[in-house]
Amino acid sequence: MQEINNAKKPLIVAFCCNWCSYAGADLAGSSRLSYPAEVKIIRVPCSCRVNPMFVLKAFQRGADGVILCGCHPGDCHYTTGNYYTRRRMSLLFSMLDYLGIERERTRVEWVSAAEGAKFSAVMNDFASKVASLGENKRLEDLRCKE
Amino acid sequence: MEKKEQVELIKERSGTDVRKCMKCGKCSGRCPAYADMDIKPHQFVTYIEKGEIDKLLSSKSLYTCLSCFACVERCPRGVAPANVIEAVRQEVIRQQGGNKVPAETVPQMIDETIPQQLLVSMFRKLNK
Amino acid sequence: MQKIGVFVCWCGSNIAATVDVKKVADVLRLEPGVVISENYQYMCSENGQALIRNAIKEHGLTGVVVCSCSPRMHEATFRKTCESAGLNPYMVEIANIREQCSWIHKDIEEATEKAIVLGRSAIAKLKLNAPLTAGESAVIKRALVIGGGIAGIQSALDIAEAGYEVDIVETSPTIGGNMAKLDKTFPTLDCAACILTPKMVDCAQNEKIDIMTFSEIESVKGFVGNFKVQIRRKARFVDEKKCTGCGVCMQKCPSKKGLNDFNMGLNKRPAIYIPFAQAIPNVAIIDPEQCLKLKNGKCGLCAMNCQVNAIDYTQKDEIIEREYGAIVVATGYKPISLENFNEFGYSSYPDVVTSLELERLMNAAGPTDGHLVRPSDHKEPKVITFIQCVGSRDTSGCGKPYCSKICCMYTAKHAMLIREKYPNTEVHVFYIDVRTPGKNYDEFFRRAVEQYGVDYIKGMVGKVYEENGKLMVQGSDLINNEQVVIPSDLVVLAAAIEPNPSVRNIATMVTASIDTNNFLTEAHAKLRPVESPTAGIFLSGVCQGPKDIPETVSQASACAAKVVGLLSKDKLKCNACVSHSDEMLCTGCSVCANVCPYGAITYVDKEFRIGGGKTETRRVASVNEAVCQGCGACTVACPSGAMDLKGFSNKQIMAEVDAICKR
Repeated sequence: MQEINNAKKPLIVAFCCNWCSYAGADLAGSSRLSYPAEVKIIRVPCSCRVNPMFVLKAFQRGADGVILCGCHPGDCHYTTGNYYTRRRMSLLFSMLDYLGIERERTRVEWVSAAEGAKFSAVMNDFASKVASLGENKRLEDLRCKE
Repeated sequence: MEKKEQVELIKERSGTDVRKCMKCGKCSGRCPAYADMDIKPHQFVTYIEKGEIDKLLSSKSLYTCLSCFACVERCPRGVAPANVIEAVRQEVIRQQGGNKVPAETVPQMIDETIPQQLLVSMFRKLNK
Repeated sequence: MQKIGVFVCWCGSNIAATVDVKKVADVLRLEPGVVISENYQYMCSENGQALIRNAIKEHGLTGVVVCSCSPRMHEATFRKTCESAGLNPYMVEIANIREQCSWIHKDIEEATEKAIVLGRSAIAKLKLNAPLTAGESAVIKRALVIGGGIAGIQSALDIAEAGYEVDIVETSPTIGGNMAKLDKTFPTLDCAACILTPKMVDCAQNEKIDIMTFSEIESVKGFVGNFKVQIRRKARFVDEKKCTGCGVCMQKCPSKKGLNDFNMGLNKRPAIYIPFAQAIPNVAIIDPEQCLKLKNGKCGLCAMNCQVNAIDYTQKDEIIEREYGAIVVATGYKPISLENFNEFGYSSYPDVVTSLELERLMNAAGPTDGHLVRPSDHKEPKVITFIQCVGSRDTSGCGKPYCSKICCMYTAKHAMLIREKYPNTEVHVFYIDVRTPGKNYDEFFRRAVEQYGVDYIKGMVGKVYEENGKLMVQGSDLINNEQVVIPSDLVVLAAAIEPNPSVRNIATMVTASIDTNNFLTEAHAKLRPVESPTAGIFLSGVCQGPKDIPETVSQASACAAKVVGLLSKDKLKCNACVSHSDEMLCTGCSVCANVCPYGAITYVDKEFRIGGGKTETRRVASVNEAVCQGCGACTVACPSGAMDLKGFSNKQIMAEVDAICKR
């Protein structure tokens, strides 16, 4: 535990769909349910807007974990967007696994606008899993560092 | 064996999900052997659902069920009451352990009233 | 050169207690491109907004970043603020430092650091923002209602009442739908015809309403506010404008073998007929399958006897095209086919009938003039047994998994009416559950039991068989735990209802989504129950889910209100954050059109200069901005990277990722 604290804190990029998960994150905030400050949220209209390139980019720039949050299957604001996400990401994550980015560093979660508690729990869990894996050195491009 | 385990085994052997039952009673409404049953087909499903099997294990219905599968055919929810009855029957038989007919007792049992089917099944069993 | 203004809000102590707002403003001021960085107690207050407006004017800002609460809260506010100061509203970005920072972190240093990162990320995105203008499209002030049952009639009347023109397209020769076939309605027991036919007449007399019966939708093109619809007007061989509905032709017609659809096939009708006395339009129609003249050219009695020369044996189907701003789908339901339910003997015994057939048998205008008799021998039944949930709540694959909702109430109604009119008749009802939510509904059901002595038996019927001229109904009585056999004269099956089969085709034409049971999906199950996810398509009645008449009428009116809301606009403002295709990259592969849930993408052939004075024609994607909702599915699916989403472009999101990952 001591080691992890001394080490650099992990950096986590969370893509949240505007209609469910971003609202869920807002609810976690207004319910004062904390999760680690390392989690930084990027708002996208729908989880299906997340181009695999964004995920790769995040790892290249030194992110230690990437999580995608969308509406529950069947609840997508755009009817079918999250189904695309589910398929795309399972392919992408298995490719990343092959490249040496552990499965625990990537995740897709369904969080509705009413699930503030779930959002916070998911982020806490994800952050601790990523922290236990340590820094991601696999895909990091040192030229991107200042 | 614990009772709970026994119930789970029966559920597994029956291959049917008793929780799907919506208590309409169509199985018992169709059953041709209904009058000869002390515990009715729909009750088998509900007793298993509640995990109470003591009454079922000693039920007369286990041997009056014709296995005609009318209840299975008619159930609107895809529950198979006959399969549950069969699973309970299996459980009773397995508990009896060496439930075998010794070869030397066979000649005394044979008389004119013995059903043809019984003979055939006995041949099959004793030939193994 | 961009000039960016950063405005950090305290939100009283909501943000300021855990985030050092002054530090945030100071650090962000050093970012390239930032010319002013301020902090203020309440940015959303009038003074705070004035601060932003003044800064825009004073510094000539090209973009604004507000570090405050969630954009879901005040993005619209700040966009308006900037617009009023002359800045494009899409040149505003919000950094959420309240819900996603100050409220969840306790450590000031940590929270301040995160707020700075979030601010930087917003600035990075803003630098790539482009001014956006929401497109506009004109609205055609006319509505189309598909289906002329009570749902379609009510929607059409309400839309016409608001002053808009509306067309009803109905496949059968008359409007009225299933409700016209009913005898009485629950829970008040007033006669269906007495409350429905005046509404049908209103439709016919309303100048704003054009009724097209015996017509079908051929194709639908276009988008919200601007649909182009082709309607096939099927040949009825009678001139609708000339026919007076006198009915002489019906008497003279020698071919009287056709089954009367309106009476559920319980009696016969002539080859030329008017569906029922109060039909709208009250115009005859010829059934070409039965008509001797049309089949072998020998007859023509109806034409000879028609006083107004309305008969036209040469009539052909006609296709007309009309334009609409909104489309209401009100295609209704039909009882399911009972061929999978041999146990109830519906196809074997004529005295096993469905509830809708019973309605006709009890209706004063029905085949028996309202005298309830058995279809087989026309004798009065002494024992009648009802079986509920025939095909409803059935997951075995024979029926429908859902509850049809209306059967419990109409069965109680039938039982009650029979006991009222024929007190010596014995009535039994087999039920699984009696479901009667609704105003005065449970009271109604209890009256059937307590006042009229209807025998309700908890259990399902296993089989129906004939013995000594009686229908033996064998079922469970679960309360008494016994198997009962009821010798009956008439058995009535409460068949499940299913959406009209035509709805699948219509849903495909209007690109409305449909569920596994063929019910149309609403845009939001709770908050947008009368709209389809496809803009401009509205849902009325049972096509959306099982409903009784009061619910159908409320939904039809709600639907009309939504249609009127749409038609009252001259122009529709579109979502500005829409997809667009880079035509130089697009290969015309169709992948984007396949993933688009709204059908917003079409392909056009365009000419491109390829140098040397030559041109080539290529197929490229074109996004209809009025239809695109901006989900971005196409942007990821596009193999050549030609598709991008305005406001959430690939570059913008990557810039955010960059800013966040910079340590």
